Amino acid sequence: MPDWEVEIRQRMAGLELSPPREAEIVEELAQHLEDRYEELLAQKPAPAAAFQLALAELNESELLVRELRRVERRVAPEPIGLDANRRTRMLSGVWQDFRYGGRSLRKNPGFSIVVVLTLALGIGANTALFSVVNGVLLKPLPYPEPDQLVTMHQSKPNFDTGAIPYPNFRDLQKENRTFSAMAISRSAGFSLIGTGEAERVNGRWITADFFTVLGIQPALGRTFVAGEDERGAVPVALISASLWQRKFGSAQDVLGKALTLDDKNYTIVGVLPAGFTLFTNDVFVPIGQWGNQALQNRGVALGLHGIGRIKPGITVKQAQADLDRVMQNLAVAYPDTNRNNGSKIVPLEERLVGDIRSTLLMLLGAVGFVLLIACVNVSNLLLARSAGRTREFALRAALGAGRWRLLRQSLTESLLLALTGGGLGLLIAGWGTHAALRVLPTTLPRAEDIGLDARVLFFTFAISLLTGILSGLAPALKSSQWGLAETLKEGGRGASSGRVRAQGIFVAVEMALALVLLIGAGLMIRSMAAVWNVDPGFRPDNVLTFGLSLPPSMRTSSPAAIRTTLRELSDRLNSTPGVRAASFSEGAAPLQSEDDVFFWLDGQPKPASQSEMHMALVYEVEPRYLTAMGIALKQGRFFTNQDDERSVPVAVIDEVFAHKYFGAEDPLGKRIHLADGRDPSQIVGVVRHVEQWGLDSGSSESLQAQLYLPFRASADDRLPAGAGVVMSLDESGPPPFDSIRQVVQSQNSQNVIFRPQTMNEVIASTLASRRFSMILLEAFAVVALLLASVGLYGVISYLVGQRTHELGIRLALGAPRRNVLSLVLGQGMKMALAGVALGLIAALGLTRLLATMLFGVSTTDAPTFAVISLLLTTVALLACLLPALRATRVDPLVALRYE
Amino acid sequence: MATLHMEMTMLDREVKRGSTEMLILALVEDRPRHGYEIAKLIEQRSEGVLQFHVASLYPLLYRLEKRGLIKGRWVEKAGQRRRRFYKLTAAGQKILAQQRQTWKDFFFALDRVAGINPV
Repeated sequence: MPDWEVEIRQRMAGLELSPPREAEIVEELAQHLEDRYEELLAQKPAPAAAFQLALAELNESELLVRELRRVERRVAPEPIGLDANRRTRMLSGVWQDFRYGGRSLRKNPGFSIVVVLTLALGIGANTALFSVVNGVLLKPLPYPEPDQLVTMHQSKPNFDTGAIPYPNFRDLQKENRTFSAMAISRSAGFSLIGTGEAERVNGRWITADFFTVLGIQPALGRTFVAGEDERGAVPVALISASLWQRKFGSAQDVLGKALTLDDKNYTIVGVLPAGFTLFTNDVFVPIGQWGNQALQNRGVALGLHGIGRIKPGITVKQAQADLDRVMQNLAVAYPDTNRNNGSKIVPLEERLVGDIRSTLLMLLGAVGFVLLIACVNVSNLLLARSAGRTREFALRAALGAGRWRLLRQSLTESLLLALTGGGLGLLIAGWGTHAALRVLPTTLPRAEDIGLDARVLFFTFAISLLTGILSGLAPALKSSQWGLAETLKEGGRGASSGRVRAQGIFVAVEMALALVLLIGAGLMIRSMAAVWNVDPGFRPDNVLTFGLSLPPSMRTSSPAAIRTTLRELSDRLNSTPGVRAASFSEGAAPLQSEDDVFFWLDGQPKPASQSEMHMALVYEVEPRYLTAMGIALKQGRFFTNQDDERSVPVAVIDEVFAHKYFGAEDPLGKRIHLADGRDPSQIVGVVRHVEQWGLDSGSSESLQAQLYLPFRASADDRLPAGAGVVMSLDESGPPPFDSIRQVVQSQNSQNVIFRPQTMNEVIASTLASRRFSMILLEAFAVVALLLASVGLYGVISYLVGQRTHELGIRLALGAPRRNVLSLVLGQGMKMALAGVALGLIAALGLTRLLATMLFGVSTTDAPTFAVISLLLTTVALLACLLPALRATRVDPLVALRYE
Repeated sequence: MATLHMEMTMLDREVKRGSTEMLILALVEDRPRHGYEIAKLIEQRSEGVLQFHVASLYPLLYRLEKRGLIKGRWVEKAGQRRRRFYKLTAAGQKILAQQRQTWKDFFFALDRVAGINPV
């Protein structure tokens, strides 16, 4: 018997089939030849002749190889059979699609890179912003049962979230029925000495339950126990992980060590975990150690705010009603101080992120627009590319691939692009988010919770899928429609009108989206300009502010000694070279801190309770304050060195105060009574109103009247052991903090300067959140503009390429190049202008979402709309110009020869 | 007019791509057959006019199989080498019916135009 298999294998060499498949084919063909051979043997019994005749079946071996190659290497057509393995075949089909897609994308690296980068930019920006939204808004707070945590405040008729006087808090704690625990706290600065250089540390007075409420376990030691917050208890302290590391080298034996804060020795009983960031204080001490007599005064709040944990199953509303009930009882029991006072509780999470929520959601929407534009761009590129693959798809259709099968292949390719872009975007976001947050001017709440987690990964995966489908659907639908007949009719040349229409619509949509973002950014920029143009009422240039605290030992010195020290320091600062004027400042400070006083006008009966008195912001300053801050004197005089503790009490008011309480009358010489019990003060001057609350929120705050009191007239029991300092310098340049520190410490080496800032930095920090959203929106708008113009450029270039033949004929027939130019420009600008019109309509509706973030400009600001539309039209014109010029340079001869 | 044009295009395509597909589908319609049997039957029934060799038959069978019109299966009978038998699938059935109709139309048209009676 001849060995047919050897003969067949020889002829099939070079086909490179998989070994099992080759064996199968060889076996089947060998069987055929054997059948033939046996049949021949039956007719003519000459084996050699029969062998030759049978072998003749393989004569056309080139044909066999060619045909087999075509059949065996062809991508499998869609599974038509309804066999049991349909699912498996479907899956292997998808895998095959991916491999095929990957190959076809690798063949076209330029195209693939552009698409992947575009998508990576869009998906990366979305991932980054989503990781911020996730960290700040979506993740639960890192405490047990975070939904039960609330902040507690005392409400007054005009102010919801005021501080709670300590006795009121104690009553709330005792009388409530809906809280499992509550605590109160207040920040405090301490001079830390004895552990290295004297240092100002950020501390916090707290009640014993503070960490119980939050459910925080210390990293080392214990937190406070009941009774430790009472007056006269043994002084104990908790320290932060960072202070533990900085001052004690994270030593385990830190427990029991002494910590000297403001001259008092505390025993360290615990170290907080490093992850505790709700309060960034370095030391926590029981409130009972605070020697402030006012703690026992029901009428003085002292900036204490509460934090509480609601019992399981109790709603915020029920808890609120419960505290209201307690406060009503207190108002009856202590009408002098508590009448008209209520309570206010706010879920902790809302308190932490409430302000930033709308900004972040707006930005997420904006960055979503960028991704949409990227999708449309990619869609356009895919459409243009699919035109070049018409024949490929027609062939596949002819070989039996159904419409769904072709659609699937196209979508697989766009999904592959989107997933690659998504992966790259994830890298960009992972690396870029924190880098961007460091550079951008804002301090986001919960910034430490921002990062990539499962939810962010899922988000990225989901938007990548969505992006793949969105950008691939239109081109896929188009591709799958091209049958053999259509392709043959078209001859594979020329752009189909449907495709051009789709591209035109895409470009218009891109332009519209970009316009909306640009207008949003434009409105934010106009707002920013308006804010910068607000006159703050003072001159911030070359003004420095810092805190100064005297040595802890001064606390026990006589009032006279403290006064002398403060005056001496003030004189030294004022005579420092380069310093024009310097002044201590207590109480409120513009844009920085708030302090207020209750008062009534002389000649009126004393109101029954504080809540019926008038209220004003209070600034306790020295004579040089006006010069240092550059505030104008409007009437009368400002303080002199003679306005001190021994002189007749005087006060200076601002224009708002004068107008509100004295109307047209002359305020000079009038007297007011302050609720703190000092003698009535005579008004000696009127100064300009200062924007206390920020440049962009001035009029929205109800408390505007401003009262100035002489710093040097402070009563003996209210003398501060330190104060803020405001100073103006002769020249601009880097602030000479070193020489100022030398001057201050030359008086006493234990004097501490802290939180130095220029006034312009202070202003910038109050505008940080506005600048954050403005910069991001600007960045998104610029990316959108770029993507949209690249998209327009791409489409026009493509159309010019497709029309080379036609343009050549026109030029050959004598059409002036000018006409060709306007023909191409006209086609592009038609799309762009349609987009601008569409965008204007969308912007009219969408800019309303920005309303709360705008300042001094309306959401439909006509100049912004006009300028941005003009800008976009100009950019669109430039994007069309290049391909249009190329069109005019078409050589008719070359174009006509070109097929 | 458009319909007629389309039908003619289809006919043209079918003629060009050959009638061989239909021959094979028709032969495996009643029962499964192996390659050699198919080749033999075509030769016998066409009285030698149509002949298939290995090089032309098997690629065609594989292609039909890939398109899901026929399905091959190895069958082993006692004392013989195993053979691959092809049977018609449901999809093949549909295509065969279509092709029969197409050819019928074609011969009808030929007869009407050129007076050729295939029988």
